[in-house]
Amino acid sequence: MGEHPPVSDWTTDFDHTDDVYAANPFPIWDELRDTCPIAHTDRYGGAWLPTTHADVSAIAYDTQRFTSRSIIMSPFRPPLEIAPAGIAPPISSDPPFHRGARRLLLPPFAPQAIDKLEQSTRDYCDELIEAMQDRDVVDAATEYAQHIPVRVIARMLGFPEDDADRFRGFVTHVIEGVSLPMEERADGMIVLFEYLKEQIEDHVENPRDDLTSFLLQAEMDGEPLDMEHVGGTMALLLLAGIDTTWSAIGASIFHLAGNPADRERLVAEPELRPTAIEELLRAYAPVTMARLVREDMDYNGCPMKADDWVLLPFPAANRDPEFFDDADKVIIDREVNRHAAFGLGIHRCAGSHLARMELRVALDAWLDAFPTFHLADPAGVRWSGGQVRGPRTLPIAIG
Amino acid sequence: MRVQVDDDRCEGHGRCYALAPELFEPDDIGNGHAVGDGIVPPDLHERARLAAANCPEHAITIDEEA
Repeated sequence: MGEHPPVSDWTTDFDHTDDVYAANPFPIWDELRDTCPIAHTDRYGGAWLPTTHADVSAIAYDTQRFTSRSIIMSPFRPPLEIAPAGIAPPISSDPPFHRGARRLLLPPFAPQAIDKLEQSTRDYCDELIEAMQDRDVVDAATEYAQHIPVRVIARMLGFPEDDADRFRGFVTHVIEGVSLPMEERADGMIVLFEYLKEQIEDHVENPRDDLTSFLLQAEMDGEPLDMEHVGGTMALLLLAGIDTTWSAIGASIFHLAGNPADRERLVAEPELRPTAIEELLRAYAPVTMARLVREDMDYNGCPMKADDWVLLPFPAANRDPEFFDDADKVIIDREVNRHAAFGLGIHRCAGSHLARMELRVALDAWLDAFPTFHLADPAGVRWSGGQVRGPRTLPIAIG
Repeated sequence: MRVQVDDDRCEGHGRCYALAPELFEPDDIGNGHAVGDGIVPPDLHERARLAAANCPEHAITIDEEA
């Protein structure tokens, strides 16, 4: 995203969509943590960037002073009237509304429910791998990682699998398109919600065993959900699981491609993979959330104004040496790992069990098929900027 | 030794029942709970400490004396 002027001072003028931040944010966070530790920018109408685990967790837990009315930072704030549900409940909701909206959504994402999706996910990963077998070099981001969460969530929601390209378009627009002009951004949202409306209408006429029908039948406080709530939650489910999981799978393959000792160990010791996956989630956590400041206040010496953005860079918290030993090193057998890749507090990623299953299955299938893969072109790896960071181009030699 | 999950702190990350399924189990929303009365047999003490040390919400308490 090169639409912004380049950043010259990360303390007073940061921009999370800057190419430098996308390519390698770690030294930026390290420097801010040592010297600042909460950066500010006038961009996006005013925003703050905490970088320590202590600040990121304190703000995540403080749902009184920091609202989730919007969780994607852009130049535009959604109107106050959309509270308490927000545009995509429950991620955009505050207490007390949040509690019921989240409670109803959790059972289909609990581990017992996710286990049932494991075999079909593995079959799909094997299918993607089968299509690459005769090649020397593949793009593990666009030919592998990207497809897995799209297929899984389309099935869960009961959407046509042929629409996968459209879903990826929605993701790019809503999550990565934060720098687009407001009208263009609004037009994209209309296309997304029109699409969801079509799917809802189809499910009203033909109810079936999927998440869309589940939401249409769900109740909150004894009442069915209103259609805005159903559509908003469907938008959340469609968008939140795709480029996040794609990023986690891609970043894990990236790490193992560039660190042969770790790769060899995971090939030889499959029982270590669950521990390694937690470490890869810590070290390459894809997701940064955002909050809005509710009222003018002083936070740890920072004069925060109502409607200032606050980014919650969980990936920076995960690299804080005050909280983790050897925070800057990837230690694939790290046993104590209280990482925050899926957030902290009441907004813990509702899809975390699904994401972990997809990541584990995708890595199992990949390691089993390509035990000696490596980076084909280290300079050709490109990372996404903004609030979801992961490899978007990842040339891997699989032979 | 006895383990306990603080329901007010648990947010359903699921680290406890992934690391120590003998000692913790998920409910229908994925929150963790101690199995039975939470008493930990000696051969699982280390596992209980590992589960507690990996909870992102600091929701697990261990009573070493119980």
